[in-house]
Amino acid sequence: MAMKKLLQSEWVSRLVDVLLPVFAALAALFVGAVMLLFLKVNPIEAYKALWDGAFGSSNAFAETLVKATPLLLVALGICISFRADVINIGGEGQMIVGAIFATWVGLTFTGLPGWLVITLAMLAGFAGGGIWGGIPGLLKAYFNVNEILSTVMMNAIAVQLMNFLLRGPLIDPAQAELASKIPQTARLLEAFQLPRLIPTRLHLGALIAVILAVLVYILLWRTTLGYRIRAVGQNPHASRYAGIKVQRHVVLALLLSGAFAGLAGATQVFGVNYRMITDGSASGFTGSAGFNGIVAALFGQLHPILSIPASILFGALLVGANKMQRVVQVPSALIIALNGLVVVFVVSSEVWRRRRQKRRLAAAGQDDESSPHAGGEKSQQAETDA
Amino acid sequence: MTESNRLASGRARIDSLEMRGITKRFPGVLANDHIDFDVHFGEVHALLGENGAGKSTLMRILYGLYHPDQGEILLNGRPVIISSPTDAINLGIGMIHQHFMLVQSMTVAENVALGLPSSRGLLTDLDRVSKRIVELAEIYSLKIDPSAYIWQLSVGQQQRVEIIKALYRGAALLILDEPTAVLTPQEVDELFIIMRQMVKDGHALIFISHKLHEVVAISNRVTVLRDGRKIGTRPTSETTKQDLANWMVGREISFAPDRGNVERGEIRLKLDQVCCGSDRGTPGLCDVGLEVRSGEILGVAGVSGNGQCELAETVTGLRKITAGRVVLEGEDVTGLAPGELTDRMLSYIPEERMRDGMIREFTVAENMILREHHKRPYSRFGFLALSDISTHAEKLIAQFHVKTPSRETLAKNLSGGNIQKVVLARELSRSPRVIIAAQPTRGLDIGATEYVREQLLEQRRAGAAILLISEDLDEILALSDRIAVIYEGRVMDIVSREAATPQKLGLLMAGVHPEESAPAT
Repeated sequence: MAMKKLLQSEWVSRLVDVLLPVFAALAALFVGAVMLLFLKVNPIEAYKALWDGAFGSSNAFAETLVKATPLLLVALGICISFRADVINIGGEGQMIVGAIFATWVGLTFTGLPGWLVITLAMLAGFAGGGIWGGIPGLLKAYFNVNEILSTVMMNAIAVQLMNFLLRGPLIDPAQAELASKIPQTARLLEAFQLPRLIPTRLHLGALIAVILAVLVYILLWRTTLGYRIRAVGQNPHASRYAGIKVQRHVVLALLLSGAFAGLAGATQVFGVNYRMITDGSASGFTGSAGFNGIVAALFGQLHPILSIPASILFGALLVGANKMQRVVQVPSALIIALNGLVVVFVVSSEVWRRRRQKRRLAAAGQDDESSPHAGGEKSQQAETDA
Repeated sequence: MTESNRLASGRARIDSLEMRGITKRFPGVLANDHIDFDVHFGEVHALLGENGAGKSTLMRILYGLYHPDQGEILLNGRPVIISSPTDAINLGIGMIHQHFMLVQSMTVAENVALGLPSSRGLLTDLDRVSKRIVELAEIYSLKIDPSAYIWQLSVGQQQRVEIIKALYRGAALLILDEPTAVLTPQEVDELFIIMRQMVKDGHALIFISHKLHEVVAISNRVTVLRDGRKIGTRPTSETTKQDLANWMVGREISFAPDRGNVERGEIRLKLDQVCCGSDRGTPGLCDVGLEVRSGEILGVAGVSGNGQCELAETVTGLRKITAGRVVLEGEDVTGLAPGELTDRMLSYIPEERMRDGMIREFTVAENMILREHHKRPYSRFGFLALSDISTHAEKLIAQFHVKTPSRETLAKNLSGGNIQKVVLARELSRSPRVIIAAQPTRGLDIGATEYVREQLLEQRRAGAAILLISEDLDEILALSDRIAVIYEGRVMDIVSREAATPQKLGLLMAGVHPEESAPAT
C-alpha cells in the first residue's frame, strides 16, 4: 500500500513538473485579477478582452504570431547559449545591430531582385547579431570578462550606434531635408519586404522562426557541435579533459545566440516596420523582445521546440493586454505589471522546480547508499503505472 | 558489575540495543531483508558491506530517518519506536554522518550549542558550553579548541566536533557512517584512539566501513551485509580479511591479482627533465624523468600533494610544461593540447572522476563517446550517428559490466563504482597505446577495485604502457613492474618490483634515501 502511494506521488510530481509553468501563469493572472478588482474593473471582463485580443479573430491571432516571432528567434539563441552555461542578456543590442546590418543591405542593393536582397539581408542580420554576441564571447573566453555585464554594456553601445546612424549616415534622405529630422531610415522597396503568409500582418519571418526551431533542436541534440556545446555547458572540466576546446565553444555559443537575436531584428525591419526608426531607447525598436525572449526560452525549459508555444503565449499576452487596456480602460502600468507578474511567477516556479528536483535527487542518492537501480526501476514503474 | 553503569559524560549507558527482523523496501529494491543486528556497551560492532548492501538504510532506520516496513527495535530489552532523529537522540543514540553538518562560519562551541535550549533562556550560555566541551574533550582524548572557527579546522578535527556534538547531546550509542572515508591515515589512527577511549568508558559504537583492514583493526564483532541480506555476524578475532572479503562480495576475491609474464616492449612514453608550476605557486614538478615501456606498469608512489596531480596533468596536456619535454612513441608532444594527445591514443583515467571524467547531466551513452564523439562512426559530417552511439554504449555496458537501468540513464544516477566503469570502458575500449591512471580505485568498494585492477593488468597484457599514479601503496605494490617514488615534485628513486618493500618505499616517500639514512643492519 505504502509503496503504491509512493509510486502515485512520484507520478503526480512528474505531472506537476510539466504543468507547473501553466499553474504559475494562472496564479499570476489571479493576482492580476485582485489588482483589477482594486481598480474596480471586472476581472472576467478584462481577461475576456485579453483573450479576444490575442485569439479572438484571425487578425488577432496573426498579431499574436507577429509578436511571437522575434520572441521565438531570441529564445532559440538563448537555448543555445544557456545550454553552454553562458548567460546572454544582450538580445536587445544584438537585435539592433542585426537590424542595422540588414537595413543597410536593403537600402544599398536596390538594383538586385527581391528574393536575393531578402536572403542577403537576413544573412546580414544573422551576421550582425553574431558579431555583437561574439565580442562578449571572446571577452569571456579569453579575458574572463563576465558575460552578463559585457552583454548588457553591448546593449547600451548598440542603442547609441543606432541613434547615431539613424540621425546621420543612414537617415532617410527625405527627413534630412526637413527641419524635424525624425531619426529613421528610408522605407524599404516593396519588393524587399518579407512576403505575407495570409492577408494579415503575419509574415514569412514566423515560418522561418519555426523552421529554425527545428534546426536548433537538431543542432543541439543531433550534431557534434551541439554535443560539444552541451558538454561545455554541463562540465567544462570533463570537456577539457576529453579534448574539447572549451573557450572556442563558449565564443561560438554566444555568437550563435547573438546571431539569432540579430535575425529577430532583421525580420522586424523586413517583415513589420519596413524601416528602422528610433525613439532613442532600445525597447522603442525591439519592444523588449531581447529580454522577453529569455523568459520565453526559460518558459520553454530551454528547449527549442517547447519555446514555440512559450513564445506564442507571451506574444498573446502582449497583444491581448493592449486590447484589454482599450476595452476596460486600465492604466498601461497595470498591463506592464501583469506581464511582470507572469514573468516573476514562471521564473520562480522554475527555480522551485529545480530545487525540488535537486532535493529529490539528493534523497534518492542517499537512499540506500546510492542504489541507481532503485531510482531507475522506480521511474520505469511510474511510467507503466501512468 | 560494581562500577556504576553511568558513562563518564554522566549519561546512563545503553546496555544493549537489538534490531530484529528489520525489513525496508524501496520501490524496486528490498534494501533490508529481515536483518537482525545488535550491539552492546563497550564494543565496536562493525557493519561491513559493499555500496548498496543496505548498511546505511539499516542505520538510518536506527536513527529514525527511515521507518522499517517490518521488524522491531529493542533498547535494553524493551521495544522502542524511533520515528525521528529527535527520538533517537533522546534515547541516547547519536550518528556521525559522512558529510558533516556544521556551520562553517561559527565556532566549535556555537556549533555544539546550535539547536539546544540555552541554560540562560534567551541569553546564550556559550561559556558553559565551552567548559563542558573542554571536560568532554579531556575524558575522550579529543583535542579541540571550543573557540576555533570550523573553517579553520582540518577534516579530522571537524569530525571530532561532530563527535563532541553527539556526546554533548548525551549519546551512549554512536553510529559512525564511513567515518574514515574522508580522513588521512594519521587522522584514522587518531579517530581509533578516540573510539577505543569511548568503548572503554562503556559506549556502544557501530562502525560502518567497507575497508577491511580498518574493520579488523578496530572492531570486536563484525556483521556483513550483502544485497540487503545479512550474511552473518562473527567476532572479529575469528575472521580474516580474506573471509570478510569473500563474504562481502559473495565469491573468491584475489588480493594479489595474477600479473602473468608480459614481454616489455619499446618505450612508449618518456618524460625528459620535465618541470611545471602548480596551482599554489610552488614548483610543481622539477626535473622529472620517467620512461614507460609497452607492456609495463610504472607505479608512481608518494604522499598526497607531492606532484601527482601535476604529473598526470602535464602528461595529458592539461598543464603547461615550463621546461623539459614529453615524448610519446618517439614523437615530441610537448605542449600539445589534450585533444591532440587523445588522437595519438593516449587514454586518461582522471583522479577526480566526477569532475573530470564524466558529465553528470549526460546519459551513459553520451558519456561513452566523450573522447571520440567527433570521429567516425559516432560522427558523420558533423552529425551524431545515434544508432552507432547506442550500439557502442550497449556493447561497452555489457563488456564492462556497468550496472545501469539503461544506456539513456543520466550518469549522475549511477553509483561511484559504476561511474568508474563507464570511464574505464570509454578509456580502455579504444585500445590505447599509453594509459595514465590517477588514483583509479580511490573511494571504490572492494569488488569494483578488484575489477579496475584486473582491467589495468589486461591492458598491460595487451601491450599498453601504463603510468599508474596512486597513493595506495598496496595497489602500487600489487600492480607495478617498476615503482617511481615522488617527493616534493622530484623523483626520489625508481626501484624494480623485486627490490621494493613497503619500508623502503615509505622512507623514499618521506624524502629519505634508505642508503643515506641507515647504512647499518
